[in-house]
Amino acid sequence: MESTKPRIRLFAVLLKATLLFVLFNFAFIFLNKIPFGKLSLYNSIFPGRERFPFGETRESYNLSLFDLDAMFAAHILAGTQKTPDEYRVLLIGDSSVWGTLLTPEETLAGQLNTNPVIACGRTVHAYNLGYPTISVMKDLMILDRAKGYQPDMVIWLTTLEAFPKNKQLTSPIVANNAERVRGLITKYKLRADPNDQALVDASTWEQTFVSQRRAVADLLRLQIYGALWASTGIDQVYPENYEHAQIDLEADADFHELTSLRDALAFDVLEAGLSSAPLTLLVNEPMLISNGLNSNIRYNFFYPRWAYDDYRQMLAEQAAARKWNYLDVWDLVPADQFTNSAIHLTPAGETLLANKIAKSIQTICK
Amino acid sequence: MGLIQIGASILIALLIGTLTRAARNARMYLLLAFSILAIYWFQALLPLRSFDFWLPSLSLALVVLTWLITSPPGVWRVRQNTIGFLIIIGSVTFIDLSRYVLPEPVLTATTPPQFFQYFVFAVIVGQIIFAFTWASRRSPWAITGTIILLIIILIVLKTPALSLQMSIFFRSLANRSIENASFTDLRWLGFSYIAFRLIHVLRDKSRSHQFAHSGGERDKQMRHLPELSLPEFATYVVFFPSLAAGPIDRAERFAQDLRSDFAISQDEVLLAGQRIFLGLFKKFVVADALALIALNDSLATQVRTTGWMWISVYAYAFQIYFDFSGYTDIAIGIARLVGIKLPENFAAPYTQPNLTQFWNSWHMTLTQWFRSYFFNPFNRWMRGFKNIPAWSMILTGQVATMFLIGLWHGITLNFILWGVWHGLGLFLQNRWSDFVHRRFPDLGGNTRLQPIFQIGSILLTFHFVALGWVFFALGEPARSLMVLRKLFNLF
Repeated sequence: MESTKPRIRLFAVLLKATLLFVLFNFAFIFLNKIPFGKLSLYNSIFPGRERFPFGETRESYNLSLFDLDAMFAAHILAGTQKTPDEYRVLLIGDSSVWGTLLTPEETLAGQLNTNPVIACGRTVHAYNLGYPTISVMKDLMILDRAKGYQPDMVIWLTTLEAFPKNKQLTSPIVANNAERVRGLITKYKLRADPNDQALVDASTWEQTFVSQRRAVADLLRLQIYGALWASTGIDQVYPENYEHAQIDLEADADFHELTSLRDALAFDVLEAGLSSAPLTLLVNEPMLISNGLNSNIRYNFFYPRWAYDDYRQMLAEQAAARKWNYLDVWDLVPADQFTNSAIHLTPAGETLLANKIAKSIQTICK
Repeated sequence: MGLIQIGASILIALLIGTLTRAARNARMYLLLAFSILAIYWFQALLPLRSFDFWLPSLSLALVVLTWLITSPPGVWRVRQNTIGFLIIIGSVTFIDLSRYVLPEPVLTATTPPQFFQYFVFAVIVGQIIFAFTWASRRSPWAITGTIILLIIILIVLKTPALSLQMSIFFRSLANRSIENASFTDLRWLGFSYIAFRLIHVLRDKSRSHQFAHSGGERDKQMRHLPELSLPEFATYVVFFPSLAAGPIDRAERFAQDLRSDFAISQDEVLLAGQRIFLGLFKKFVVADALALIALNDSLATQVRTTGWMWISVYAYAFQIYFDFSGYTDIAIGIARLVGIKLPENFAAPYTQPNLTQFWNSWHMTLTQWFRSYFFNPFNRWMRGFKNIPAWSMILTGQVATMFLIGLWHGITLNFILWGVWHGLGLFLQNRWSDFVHRRFPDLGGNTRLQPIFQIGSILLTFHFVALGWVFFALGEPARSLMVLRKLFNLF
């Protein structure tokens, strides 16, 4: 009897499989234009994160990615309906706002929410939009994206290290969002070069699935980590021991090889951000003031005294000239309330800052 | 095995399958040569100097030793054995000499030892093998001695405290700091599987000699363990697809495939390809994704709610299944490309309605091994005691077997607890089935209740197994207890 089993041609199967893969690989260039990052399991199956995804190790149950849509989609802000009673405050800034070594409740946002603050008859609800990169361009990028979430006030905490013009486009999250950054440069007429080499423009091949597989995998892993976030509430590693911020400093007065800060700082980016939000509070964030070796030359690991003093004066002048709501709390927190960096606070340090900021919110709220 | 090693294995298998159409011996020799290279290549980097060379070499020495003492005298005169021996010694020498040719180690994780050291090692090992073989011709105890040797090595490797002591010993011998010694320093690639294959052959040969002398009729399978040539035997033991994670094939079945004509066909490649892709998907997509949320020592303390703890346990249950069965699929698929039909290791274990059937479908080749070499002989032995009640024999047999299966995974309290958990479960299930069949003989005929019972049984069995994983996945009983308390909301 003749066999009725259809014969499969191996070569044809392999050829079709290869063709389909090649087709999908290049179709991905166009598929990738769809903001898949907005599709998220957070705020539906899993609770939204209290702060942006950021992490380098598997033990943190978290990861860093460059997809701003995915970062926002994973954030609790994206899943929270604003109520008439809510006074919505967005906190923008670096790792000190994000809360390195702090649990979500211990961060500035967490502390503002734990002890309810009433502003203009409504209850303040603060959202942590800090991200562990020091750059005002990165802050502007997040602020611009966050404006759609109906903030009543944006509090922008910053420090001198975020301002040098030559480092604005070099942080990975900025460099890998070239299109978005160019949009900001055009929209706010910033002085940054839209053709700066630091901005990563992916070639056609680099946009294919094969090249983008890591980004796709990261997006999927972020969703899986949602289960761990939901089940443990952990989003970073909390080591029992860590190296404390440097107190004894080098006898070095250099700051990014600059001799003067005039025209070296990206105040235009700051102005763009502050003018675009409905109500803003600019905060010069607390930093460690060392009393150790060479503390007469430097305040801390980041800053020589001359540079920081000049910066504070310039920032105060800018704020006064442009009538910004400005709070300078650079020396608010004692040196023993810093953790592993000159800008990372202990929970007690955050409490000091939260109390000060709460008062400012109540003063300037509308 | 990582993706690169799997990819290389697939290509090599395809090459061997294609180049050796109907050339049985050529296929066997090539499989042997690549399997030898693979045990060095797959061996993980070890902190003890050159151990990534010495441990695979010892595996091969044990293979040759076992083959010699289970073969009749004069086997050297057979041409195939001479060629097999030359392939083994030639491959190992080639790997060692590669240190003088290649700028970076390629075939081993670190640079192989100097030729003089290798030569001394080969001479010493050769003499030991010769002495054992000589003794085996005069006393059957040589076979028993080799089995005991293999079991002792297994015990050392599987007991963290003993492994640590061995690492300290070797570090002291090499004048190295013992502060960094760890029980993971002696990760001997695939030794659990190699040892079980060797014990299977040693035990069957020993039994077949006993029965041949006594004229007994029992257990004919053992009497039919064929004489294997050295290349057949060595290929069986260190066959590269099943080296790291099984399955544990039987020697006579494996030899049958090796001795059969095999011409690779399109259909065969497609079937093998399907199996390999299924395995890759199971392992590298499903299992690796589940591993992110599966129960582990950290999550045991970090998970805050009962619901999420259950999810974590479920994730572990499926992760371990997809990981292990994925590797098995890959091994079976690659083996198929060279004409070897490795036995199945899994048959939808989580859909089984009772624990006995679960163990008939989970890591089947290991279960069969323990059934053949422990459970059945142990039960036969117990039946000699007339006064022991049947239930007591069942309890002892089940618990002892599962206890040993637990130990095979590692000699720690948690693996023991896992084994005992399953042993008791099997006993209870046995008693329950017995009770139900006696009291409700017509229950099976009720067609309306049958699906409900079936689904209920599957869920019950799955949850029993899942709770068992709480012991298996964690390092300490106290942590397992904590997880169990969380699972049942007994905070």
